[in-house]
Amino acid sequence: MKHKLTDIASVIRSKNSGPYELTFDIIFKDFETYNKVKNCRSINEDNFAPLYKISRSDIISLVYFDPAKAVKITIVRPITSGSLGETDVYGAQQHAPLMAMEIEY
Amino acid sequence: MEELRILSPTAILGYGFPMASFTEGMKRKPHVIAVDAGSTDPGPYYLGVGKSFTDRNSVKRDLEIMIPAALEADIPVIIGTAGGSGGSPHVALTLEIIKEIAKERNLSFKLAVIESELNKELITKNLEEGKIEPLFPAKEITSQDIEQSVRIVAQMGEEPFIEALENGANVILAGRSYDPSVFAALAIKEGFDKGLALHLGKILECAAIAALPGSGSDCMFGYLRKDNFVLEPLNPQRKCTTLSVAAHTLYEKTNPYFLPGPGGAIDLHNSKFTQIGDNMVEVSGSKFVPTEEYFVKLEGVKKVGYRTISPAAVKDPIMISKIDTITESVRERVINNFENYGIKNFFLDFKIYGKNGVMGMFDSLDERVAHELLIIIEAVADTQEHADTICGFARSTMLHFGYDGRISTAGNLAFPFSPSDCKVGEVYEFNVYHLMKIDNPASMFPVKYIVFNKGE
Repeated sequence: MKHKLTDIASVIRSKNSGPYELTFDIIFKDFETYNKVKNCRSINEDNFAPLYKISRSDIISLVYFDPAKAVKITIVRPITSGSLGETDVYGAQQHAPLMAMEIEY
Repeated sequence: MEELRILSPTAILGYGFPMASFTEGMKRKPHVIAVDAGSTDPGPYYLGVGKSFTDRNSVKRDLEIMIPAALEADIPVIIGTAGGSGGSPHVALTLEIIKEIAKERNLSFKLAVIESELNKELITKNLEEGKIEPLFPAKEITSQDIEQSVRIVAQMGEEPFIEALENGANVILAGRSYDPSVFAALAIKEGFDKGLALHLGKILECAAIAALPGSGSDCMFGYLRKDNFVLEPLNPQRKCTTLSVAAHTLYEKTNPYFLPGPGGAIDLHNSKFTQIGDNMVEVSGSKFVPTEEYFVKLEGVKKVGYRTISPAAVKDPIMISKIDTITESVRERVINNFENYGIKNFFLDFKIYGKNGVMGMFDSLDERVAHELLIIIEAVADTQEHADTICGFARSTMLHFGYDGRISTAGNLAFPFSPSDCKVGEVYEFNVYHLMKIDNPASMFPVKYIVFNKGE
């Protein structure tokens, strides 16, 4: 069954992890949902990469972090923070595509 | 010593804290007050230009409370990544504030100053000896990159802080520091477990951000014991929960299970988060895993020019529907106009808010366009004068540009300001983000002492 991420997550955010990486955190509302998502690996490299039109190899890590019932995805920043062409120095508003994401479990 | 207590007043020196929370912290008899003063988040400009992203008065306000309180309680104050970026001018800025406070308050104490800005000859020599490697996803560097860097700092671990503490420093002012080191140094010196001390430091460096509701301008208290540590927010409106603390472990990290720093990494695979009462959390099981060789992180920036910007808005629906071809035509006209005049090397960008202004660093992800647009015309060139020229010419060209189907022939742009263009000044980019192998983590960062006697 398909679920909108905004219905099952309490936090969806993005931020720099140093000037060369962008990192995304999705924290679920409850452990039951988190465990279902984790068991199905409903968020994975194959459905994350197209959301941002990046290649899978730009995903540095995609980790399910049990203590926070969270999925964390870290990618190569398309440009280094503050370089010419920058649009979000802190990387704090790059999460919006995740808010439209639907996942299956 | 069975328990070591650490007061973290605020997430970044200058972000402030309520006096009531600080007083609660002092009542718990901390062994040290520590604060992180920096971040790379605000981008490369501040390290390059030698200014702080925090405000001088705000920093002075925080220090004016922390330093006298610590001296009164006879405990050290440790400040890491002075002035936001930790370069020599940043340390000097903060030193000036401390000198002012000492004089105004007639204080007597021993100050340790630890610099972290490295000379470029040393870095070039280390590069030639194969001691420098890129920190993925940064690229390999050459001696030319180091030459182009205006300033390079190295992130120190706890070793220089321990040296300063052993020499009786009451206040330690340090350049670029690994955030947790500032909080963990005294604990490591006293023989507490390094993994727990650093993990506690990793949380305390953001002060009350790890609580619920989170705040960057409120205090957090840490109790470090032999086998665990406990976090307590000092404002009765906030609580630490296992989730708020675990969620904070995710913040700004690549991988929450493994957090690399100078000389090794904190391994969280076996960390346990336990709720104590309704507002405290106990953490155990975190381990420090040393690397075979000791590496420090280098951060450097180069200057790429000067910037001028002009914000201008569009409401005309016909213009909005043709905005991409219009900006391309304007760009061509600008290039063509100055080709033979000698202004050739410049960067001209149109950030289009209401279209893809926020996420323009990714390929177009969303086709939706708003009913009005804000366009920031941006020019970066080798001099401020050239940047002004390119931005101004792009702005006037766009204002009167006769695009296909144009009905509104008086002007294409709505300017919110007069003057319409703003000089932004120097522009920098990160160009060094590398690991450097070092032999002695203490001697790399020499400690100097200044003794104040009744403010002098």
